[in-house]
Amino acid sequence: MMLVDALIGPFVEFEFMRRALVGCLALSLAAGPVGTFLMLRRMSLFGDAMAHAILPGAALGYLAFGLSLSAMTIGGLATGLLVVLLAGLVTRSTTMREDASIAGFYLISLALGVTIVSIKGSNVDLLRVLFGSILALDDAAMMLLAAMSTGTLLVLALIFRPLVMECVDPSFLRSVSRAGGPAHLVFLALVVTTLVSGFNALGTLLSVGMMMLPAIAARFWAVELTGMIIAATLIGLVSSLSGLILSFHTGLPSGPAIILVAGLLWLLSLALGPHGGLLLKLLPRKHLEA
Amino acid sequence: MSAPLLHLRDVTLGYDRHPAVHHLSIEIARGSLTAVIGPNGAGKSTLLKALAGALAPLSGTIVADATLRIAYLPQSAALDRSFPICLFDLVAAGLWHRTGAFGSLTDTDRRLVHTALEQVGLQGFERRTLDALSGGQLQRALFARLILQDADLILLDEPFAAVDTKTSADLLDMIHAWHAQGRTIIAVLHDMHIVREHFPQCLLLARECVAHGSTDDVLTDKNLARARQMIEAFDEEAHICAQDGVS
Repeated sequence: MMLVDALIGPFVEFEFMRRALVGCLALSLAAGPVGTFLMLRRMSLFGDAMAHAILPGAALGYLAFGLSLSAMTIGGLATGLLVVLLAGLVTRSTTMREDASIAGFYLISLALGVTIVSIKGSNVDLLRVLFGSILALDDAAMMLLAAMSTGTLLVLALIFRPLVMECVDPSFLRSVSRAGGPAHLVFLALVVTTLVSGFNALGTLLSVGMMMLPAIAARFWAVELTGMIIAATLIGLVSSLSGLILSFHTGLPSGPAIILVAGLLWLLSLALGPHGGLLLKLLPRKHLEA
Repeated sequence: MSAPLLHLRDVTLGYDRHPAVHHLSIEIARGSLTAVIGPNGAGKSTLLKALAGALAPLSGTIVADATLRIAYLPQSAALDRSFPICLFDLVAAGLWHRTGAFGSLTDTDRRLVHTALEQVGLQGFERRTLDALSGGQLQRALFARLILQDADLILLDEPFAAVDTKTSADLLDMIHAWHAQGRTIIAVLHDMHIVREHFPQCLLLARECVAHGSTDDVLTDKNLARARQMIEAFDEEAHICAQDGVS
């Protein structure tokens, strides 16, 4: 009973904990699949770059309208999408590779963001944008999070086949369809939406964690894409729940607690995972007959 | 003699204004089986890329029926084998003309995929991921995908580059079957033995057309020696092509 109390008690007793849980679960549902594709496209650090890129928009929104969720969200979305679009245009029209053009634009964006914050605000404001606070989710914020997660999943389902083929065999896709380029751009836009919807809850930097850590942990639990996406989503859900409980009982800040749990799960997967985990590699195992 | 399937009129192909293939004017007959040969750097892959529509000519035109369905198998390097999808899904993508980007696979579609896998000898491998396939198995899988594409024109870029003799013999049977069905096939090849044995038509390229016609007429010692001589290095300082006149 003690254990059940410790695990369920906080959510039964406090509304802010229930809201935090719902928000985190909604975020995990979208972040897992999106993160899995990022990892498989060898773009694991892209989320981090984009988290920096959305800063100026979010900061402008904050400075103009105060702590308004919608203003910060729209601002963040706008700058994030702008960076993705510009980088996509540069990649397609010059010899510059995508990672290099994204680096260029996100660094400009980040510098602008820091400038805006330092001219107008204080460091506390910057911290608010960077680290969020899941325990202060209001109705509007929760609805927005849920809506953006739902939208992300629907759109991902829609572009799934072209996106997979664009990853596996882009030249084949080009020979049968023009959907490859648009699918990639739409996917990058989904990354931005997921990040932005997470930043009020977890902050920009930690929502990257919710996107990447479950995804890279999932690699050790499944061999096929579908399995990996399911595993990533489950690991995200488990991290959200356990992180919130941990934070409630220890007084740790909730966002970092969730990410620390996800990080721990990744390390555990790395060590114990059935597909490529370290333990199975170290164990002497006899080879099979065929 | 029916109208040619493809008509290249004074086509020049290249990258960044430097031509890889110069002033090529040839006709590809409907239902023909053609090998494209030539030294390294002769522009063979570039030609295939252009026929597939993946590279616009620098000048000249490629005339083809707009409804022509083309299947193109580039050299296998472009494929990301670490991506975690299974063989079945890779091969099923050949049905894109039936499913499109969004449609689901029907039972008929699934049967077609299984039949294609049987034809290339890969039944039982459906759930294998791509990194668990050998080079030969992967090439068989890509041929299964070509079967499903059901194309009028099939373009193959060095299809036997990384496969053993048994596999290339099986894949050659496949090519003959397509030929018998009246499809047009153009393949870039290096093995002269295979070309002489299996390909009635031949195009010898050396950055321009050295010879085009029946394989016996094309593969003469004189033509081959000429092709080797004509290959020159990619020249950064190249002048504007004189054949285009002073412009």
